[in-house]
Amino acid sequence: MGVRRKMALRFDLIIFTILLFASPVLSDLILSKVDRRIDLTSQIVRITSTLKVENEGSEPVSEVLLAFPDLQVKDLALLKASPHEGKGKVKSLSASLPVENVKPNGMPAALTFYAVKLPKALGKGDSYTFDVLAVFAHALRPFPEKITQADIQLVVFQESAFYLTPYVVKVQSLSVKLPESRIESYTKLENTKIHGSEIKYGPYENLPSFSYSPIVVHFESNQPFAVGQEVVREIEISHWGNVQVTEHYKLVHGGAQNKGEFSRLDYQARPTIRGASAFKYLIAKMPPRVHSVYYRDEIGNISTSNLWGDSKKTELLIEPRYPLFGGWRTAFTIGYGLPLKDFLFELEGNRFLNITFGSPMNELVIDNLIVKVVLPEGSGDISVSAPFPVNQWEETKLSHLDLTGRPVVVLQKTNVVPEHNQFFQVYYKFSKLSMLREPFMLIFGFFSLFVAGIVYMHVDMSISKSSAAYLARLQWDEVQAAIQQVENVINRCLTTHDKLEASLRDLSRTGDVQACKAARKAADGLLKELSKELKLVLSFLQSSSAASQILPKVEELVAKEKDLQEKVMAKHSTVVDCYEKKTGIRDSENRVAAQQQKITALRQEVENLLELIDEI
Amino acid sequence: MAAAAKAGEATLRHAFGNVLSFFILLLIGVLAFSIRLFSVIKYESVIHEFDPYFNYRVTQFLTKNGIYDFWNWFDDRTWYPLGRVIGGTVYPGLTLTAGTIWWLLNSLNIPLSVETVCVFTAPIFSAFASWATYLLTKEVKGAGAGLTAAALLAMVPSYISRSVAGSYDNEAVAIFALIITFYLYIKTLNTGSLFYATLNAIAYFYMVCSWGGYTFIINLIPMHVLLCIVTGRYSSRLYIAYAPLVVLGTLLAALVPVVGFNAVMTSEHFASFLVFIILHVVALVYYIKGILSPKMFKVAVTLVVSVGLVVCCAVIAILVALVASSPTKGWSGRSLSLLDPTYASKYIPIIASVSEHQPPTWPSYFMDINVLAFLVPAGIIACFLPLSDASSFVVLYIVTSVYFSGVMVRLMLVFAPAACIMSGIALSQAFDVFTRSIKFQLLRILGFSEADAGDGSSANVVPENDAVKVDKSEETIKERPSRKNKKKEKEQMEKAQAEKTSAKSKTEKRLLVLPMELSVIGLLLLVFMGAFYVVHCVWAAAEAYSAPSIVLTSYTHEGLHVFDDFREAYAWLRHNTEVDDKVASWWDYGYQTTAMANRTVIVDNNTWNNTHIATVGTAMSSPEKAAWEIFNSLDVKYVLVVFGGLVGYPSDDINKFLWMVRIGGGVFPHIKEPDYLRDGQYRIDSQATPTMLNCLMYKLSYYRFVETDGKGFDRVRRTEIGKKYFKLTHFEEVRQS
Repeated sequence: MGVRRKMALRFDLIIFTILLFASPVLSDLILSKVDRRIDLTSQIVRITSTLKVENEGSEPVSEVLLAFPDLQVKDLALLKASPHEGKGKVKSLSASLPVENVKPNGMPAALTFYAVKLPKALGKGDSYTFDVLAVFAHALRPFPEKITQADIQLVVFQESAFYLTPYVVKVQSLSVKLPESRIESYTKLENTKIHGSEIKYGPYENLPSFSYSPIVVHFESNQPFAVGQEVVREIEISHWGNVQVTEHYKLVHGGAQNKGEFSRLDYQARPTIRGASAFKYLIAKMPPRVHSVYYRDEIGNISTSNLWGDSKKTELLIEPRYPLFGGWRTAFTIGYGLPLKDFLFELEGNRFLNITFGSPMNELVIDNLIVKVVLPEGSGDISVSAPFPVNQWEETKLSHLDLTGRPVVVLQKTNVVPEHNQFFQVYYKFSKLSMLREPFMLIFGFFSLFVAGIVYMHVDMSISKSSAAYLARLQWDEVQAAIQQVENVINRCLTTHDKLEASLRDLSRTGDVQACKAARKAADGLLKELSKELKLVLSFLQSSSAASQILPKVEELVAKEKDLQEKVMAKHSTVVDCYEKKTGIRDSENRVAAQQQKITALRQEVENLLELIDEI
Repeated sequence: MAAAAKAGEATLRHAFGNVLSFFILLLIGVLAFSIRLFSVIKYESVIHEFDPYFNYRVTQFLTKNGIYDFWNWFDDRTWYPLGRVIGGTVYPGLTLTAGTIWWLLNSLNIPLSVETVCVFTAPIFSAFASWATYLLTKEVKGAGAGLTAAALLAMVPSYISRSVAGSYDNEAVAIFALIITFYLYIKTLNTGSLFYATLNAIAYFYMVCSWGGYTFIINLIPMHVLLCIVTGRYSSRLYIAYAPLVVLGTLLAALVPVVGFNAVMTSEHFASFLVFIILHVVALVYYIKGILSPKMFKVAVTLVVSVGLVVCCAVIAILVALVASSPTKGWSGRSLSLLDPTYASKYIPIIASVSEHQPPTWPSYFMDINVLAFLVPAGIIACFLPLSDASSFVVLYIVTSVYFSGVMVRLMLVFAPAACIMSGIALSQAFDVFTRSIKFQLLRILGFSEADAGDGSSANVVPENDAVKVDKSEETIKERPSRKNKKKEKEQMEKAQAEKTSAKSKTEKRLLVLPMELSVIGLLLLVFMGAFYVVHCVWAAAEAYSAPSIVLTSYTHEGLHVFDDFREAYAWLRHNTEVDDKVASWWDYGYQTTAMANRTVIVDNNTWNNTHIATVGTAMSSPEKAAWEIFNSLDVKYVLVVFGGLVGYPSDDINKFLWMVRIGGGVFPHIKEPDYLRDGQYRIDSQATPTMLNCLMYKLSYYRFVETDGKGFDRVRRTEIGKKYFKLTHFEEVRQS
């Protein structure tokens, strides 16, 4: 309870300073009715106040001042005023009233003031009712600050029972809504009622300006205190139909620090008791038709996640690698793709992206949120319209197939709460033709690669046309061509031999000697021609110096071939003779067989030589 | 193909063949790459196991800090308080390769993360390795065998086990480097070109950068050179292939910090210099023989031999004395355990404790190379017909690698390419014989005259083609090249086949021809065997070798269950402890802790300091108080213990505990292994010794274990634990996963 006393002391100090600087009533406005509801059910504190202002003076007033102690202001994430429209319709974006930070003269220094512009000036006696929503990010303080695994988490919240305002308040009431009915302690004032998990203060009537009465509520809250110390959202637009969102989280459990050991055994056995303060999972509400969702950290995929959805929304449940106890940290990345047509629109030649600003995680407080919108390469005239003030600058990012880089709009905001999850717009110009640039680049790249390949294969790259090596190579090429020719000729010779053999076989079948002779004649003619050709080529080879190495082999080949030729002819004539004389078939067979053996051996050699030369 | 061949235009056919080979090779590359993606598809794109995490971390450092910082990197995150000079003790090849790829991609504006590049380095390099195999085998036995060998290598399970996506280890690039070095050596040997010799030295340099296994190359090539000299195959090509490699290669190797002067000082390199000298002597002898008359030469020989013998004896005596003066005879522990398989288990428990340093069992041969084991002998026979320089090299390669793989499981990896080359040769030759036989038989049946055979040979390929096309596509890929190249094949090779006896009766035929039925059956059997191999490889890649080991999955009746406890613990350490906290664990988890948790560890998988590891082992096997003192003296704040008794994960610390005792006891004699054993048996139940039940490892593992099920039943050891209720006095449980 020592802490509470200290807090009370601090509030006393504030009041003291307030009273010290208290000036006479600012204007003739009074608050005829103030109704405040404080929602403490999550780690985010939401204070909704319904104010009814009345002008009792004569001059028309168009501004209402809201006052917050500086201590609270540093946690203030969002302040929004909207006309009161009855219950259920409080949050309508378009109708919100402009709120701005002002520093009116003669006001206490420990307070920060915001001015709400009324839609029209209030004349004498007029009244106007509006709602103010103030969202605080770190207003709940764990107490005790360190707990063990088995302990429940208790937090302290402090406020004033009276509405702190520079105006006179006629009637006011306050209700504090707690997550659970277990309340450790709370400040009892007159007119304090407790109603399950709700504490009611008031109504109090006719309080002077800057009235202050501190209250402290100490209660159990086992809600996840998920705080993103830094969250980077990268939204990359591809005009080929995809919006890729990548979100990097650095998360910490912002509640009471865990001290002592963590026993998995206890946690597994009774997770609700032995680990009540830990949070196991987060739920992200994503747009419908989200695809390719992933969830990983720097050491790989995290397998504990679940995705389900319907046509209205998609929900992703992610569990960190380990349950997060107070003070424990983790870091991870989620990424998903969205259909382009849901988020990108065209307006008068401009394109604009319309997407939510904050993280899709439920009830997550983000200390520092950086949103990067990566536009396609070649977009220009970039402008951003955000529903609340953000820091903004531009970067470039080089990615696949970029030459100049993609423009990146960076928006940065501290103290972000789920209420900031509003749509913002990025306007830019992008011509459709730029889309074709990358495919054309690829086509051109491959095309030039192949052209280069063709050119390399066909162009003589040697520098000196008269160098010995170059000439030698040229000669060698010629020699190779010549050898190729030789091979061709020899091959044709061999084919002719085969034909002769075939004619012999025909002979044995049909006995047609004439046909066989004709074949022989044709073969003779052909072979003669071939040998002529061969001579020509051979003479060239002999003259060429480069061929000296290979020449012996070629000559051997030619000689062998000639030999073979003769043998084949001899065999042919033998067989034909035999047939013509019709005698000594047995005898001739023996002779032929001997010849045949020689022929086979020769042919073998010729073919071996051919292959040898081929390899050289 | 057939159509082009019909045109009879030899060049066109050639070109077409080349294009076809090119596309087949491309497909083989795709196959090699994609068969290794099972781990990414079934699990995720993540670095596997232990050593890859270290390599990944080094790569991260390299990409972040640049090459100069990398060379000078003193890592204070490991081996606390000693630290480790990473730049000087790591084989930089893999890291530099991945770093270069990453840098290249990023300078092309392709923003891939370092992790992605690291994960896919191994599959990419296995595609390269299969292309290199093609080149090597092509040099040995022609393109057909080359393509077959490449296809076999692309999916050999032994290699897959080390190169699935995510297995970012030295071996991933080293096998490619090994094969390409061999290829360039053979290429130089075949062409005698200095250009290739230089390339060979560079490839050797890359191999030295990549893996300690480079000593295999620098011993195998000298052995082959020696073999060539002894069998009288000395030629100037041999000289060109070897001399530049030794000179340039040694100079380049000495540039790698981790090798440095070892390249000239350790016994592993000694053979290469000896052979270098011998080669020069032989070259000199051949030269002198060339300029002298035979008679003079004889005189000179007697003169030189008598003088030379004396000198040699003296030199060898000095060398032996030098080598013998060092305790390990100048050999490193790992090399010695290769030469003497019992060495490690006798003297260095830390080498013996690693499962991949154990000798393999027979089933692991079948698992890792499958049907190749049966094809290898046929391949060896084919290599002897005829024996060329190149084929003698591959024979030597397979003989030595079979021995090494028999000593250490992990060297199965070196054996696998040799087995693939041999099997590729065997398969290709067999296909050759069978298909040609069928062709000739078909010709005879169809009554074609022999004269047409020459022209129509390719036309007749078509019906055969149809006959085989019904088989698996891989098979057709393998067959086509072999058929395509039949023209090139030398006739003698065919006789390699066992069926050669039947050939004699058909001497008038140009080539060996088998009966039609036999050929068809043989062909079908071969195709069947190939199909079996493919099925086995895919199974091995998908089921056996794809688990990243940091993520465990089990199928229960509820469906897939994922155990991600390792990463949970590492992530917790990473985010929730102080940056400078020291984490003690058994050395297995050192690399992962530094890489994933980014915390300082006492020991890690680079087992360079035995004493330090023994200290941790001693602490784990001491009673709590003594252990606390040891850990406190090392500034340890957290102790990481892996226990799998609850979920049934067998490779936990309790099962490794005996090695801790052994290694600890090796340095600190007060830890005695028998104290932890009851009657020579390692047990943790009520029969366990008091020393066992009071040691830190036991206490940390079984702390409050009994509360899980009331009995304390260990599912790995299948027994109830001995001591159930105890408290930790000096240690505090921080968290469990």
